[in-house]
Amino acid sequence: MTHSLDTSFNVRLTDTTLRDGSHAMSHRFTERHVRSVVRALDDARVEVIEVSHGDGLGGSSFNYGFSLTPELDLIKAAVDEATHAKIAVLMLPGLGTIHDLNRAYDSGATVARIATHCTEADISMQHFAHARKLGMETVGFLMLSHRVGPEDLAQQARIMADAGCHCIYVVDSAGALILEDVGDRVSALVTELGDDAQVGFHGHQNLSFGVANSVFAVRAGAKQIDGTLVALGAGAGNSPTEVLAAAFDRLGIKTGVDVQGLMAAAEDIVKPIITRMPVMDRASIMQGYAGVYSSFLIHAERAAERYGVPAWKILQEVGNAGYVGGQEDMIVDVAVNLMAGSR
Amino acid sequence: MAKKTAAIVGSGNIGTDLMFKIMRRSKNVQVRYMIGIDPNSDGLARASRLGVTVSAEGVDWLLAQEEKPDFVFECTSAKAHAANAPKYREAGIRAIDLTPAAVGPYVAPVVNLESLNDTMNVNMITCAGQATTPIVAAISSVVPVDYAEIVASIASKSAGPGTRANVDEFTETTAEALQVVGGAKRGKAIIIINPVEPPMIMRNTIYCAIPAAAAEPGNIQERIRAAINEAVGKIREYVPGYELRVEPQFDTAREDWNGAGRVGVWVQVKGAADYLPEYAGNLDIITAAATRTADLLAEKMDSSELVTAGINNIRSQS
Repeated sequence: MTHSLDTSFNVRLTDTTLRDGSHAMSHRFTERHVRSVVRALDDARVEVIEVSHGDGLGGSSFNYGFSLTPELDLIKAAVDEATHAKIAVLMLPGLGTIHDLNRAYDSGATVARIATHCTEADISMQHFAHARKLGMETVGFLMLSHRVGPEDLAQQARIMADAGCHCIYVVDSAGALILEDVGDRVSALVTELGDDAQVGFHGHQNLSFGVANSVFAVRAGAKQIDGTLVALGAGAGNSPTEVLAAAFDRLGIKTGVDVQGLMAAAEDIVKPIITRMPVMDRASIMQGYAGVYSSFLIHAERAAERYGVPAWKILQEVGNAGYVGGQEDMIVDVAVNLMAGSR
Repeated sequence: MAKKTAAIVGSGNIGTDLMFKIMRRSKNVQVRYMIGIDPNSDGLARASRLGVTVSAEGVDWLLAQEEKPDFVFECTSAKAHAANAPKYREAGIRAIDLTPAAVGPYVAPVVNLESLNDTMNVNMITCAGQATTPIVAAISSVVPVDYAEIVASIASKSAGPGTRANVDEFTETTAEALQVVGGAKRGKAIIIINPVEPPMIMRNTIYCAIPAAAAEPGNIQERIRAAINEAVGKIREYVPGYELRVEPQFDTAREDWNGAGRVGVWVQVKGAADYLPEYAGNLDIITAAATRTADLLAEKMDSSELVTAGINNIRSQS
């Protein structure tokens, strides 16, 4: 039981099973799924729970996959179910808009997580300003953080902080960062931001470093860490929340969550609803190795089937071309051209 | 006939590219003024060297000039154009708006320029709108399109501060134009800014939901292909770097698409490198469309029919 649980924390865990995990579910989450996962996370005292289409608000589309259930219905269900936890939403400027943010806020979301490619922070300024005006807590996501060095990344974080962002994440969207890569980036952000904003880290398992990278992030001063139950997420999956909780507990990093409760939530609640277990296979390892946005995986697998070229090869080409998050449409172009080249 | 005169308001990437486009390619229009707000901008310096009267004192300076231009090309931001549009109208200057402000009707030259009545303000949608609405219009001329979605990718170096501050307006205006100009029942637009080096050439992907039968090989599919190819040919007349990357891809009906099929069209727009290098096809396609629009409006202005219509229009709006 959790009555004796000390819920104060030094590092805040945000669970994004119901957002990043949506990729691995091909955006087929139902209201029942959301209610059961939120109940379990809330009981285990996870402070922030993210719910939206995998690509954020407005992501339901041909390019990223249509949601089975409208995301606002899922957000409302999550808000209804949570007793302590805050419900967060993700939005990518260029895909979602301020109107989407308004609707999410009206549905009860209180944390706005706004994501841009790691060199394009300035397209998020109107969104941070608006989220703050609504009174939302703000988090900035610098995606594919491996694509620039620590100093350049820190300058982009500065833009977000000045626009009104409370915490800026180093986001390893490709699962390409390894240990010091993370520590150096987090340190650079901490030095740049000082007391102006916190620093967070979001990891993926493509090269299996999600949890270890999170430890390096915390040691470098990160105060917020993302995970998903059972690692459910894009690519080879995310840093598993239940493993983060257990490892941090062993290392004496206070997260204020119920470790046993999270292990149970992973095993009993999330595992049964997963249709495709996250796995490090040739295609997802290639994503980490070639630095490819993790949510491209399932789209590459589909194109592989349709055009008869291996998914890993498509992803390798996507990495060579330097495509960024959101450019899922390029996968068909790459696959058709690979098919033509192999004839 | 004498060339009509134009003022370009906004001396950033789009305004400067437009200046070169008009100087090099316009039959009926010449650039008389360029107006900015930054006296040190590259655009104003170049315009001045080319003999254009320049000012860094904004639109009020322009409106105080004795000799007013026939056209003003707005290359600032949606917010600025919303504020400027009534002033242009009052001064009797026709506005061709290259921001996503959408004060006037949307124009994509190959789709609806011929049928456009003279108005004091036309909107050029967005670069992505120019690149994609003609394809959606082509597809919806063959089959009903319940939903059209486009993804535009542009090089980071080609996205100036105006574009970056207007991302929401960009996607919303483009999405609406997919309906109004493209003929889709519902539209969605996505823009991605990519910083890769060397910079990526502008790309646009267009997906349209089509009836299940149209996604199967056969006559309807052939007609859709032909309509797409025809639209590409027309756009290439004024944007030579516009081309299909791959043949249109037809996907058969899927349950998660509500039983609809899909056609996908992958387009690349290589710019003419009038100002920024050729990767900046996004500048090229909107400035070329604006130039084309002005040329055609200039011709119409010289026909008496339109002069009358224009005067009536001014009266009815004042």
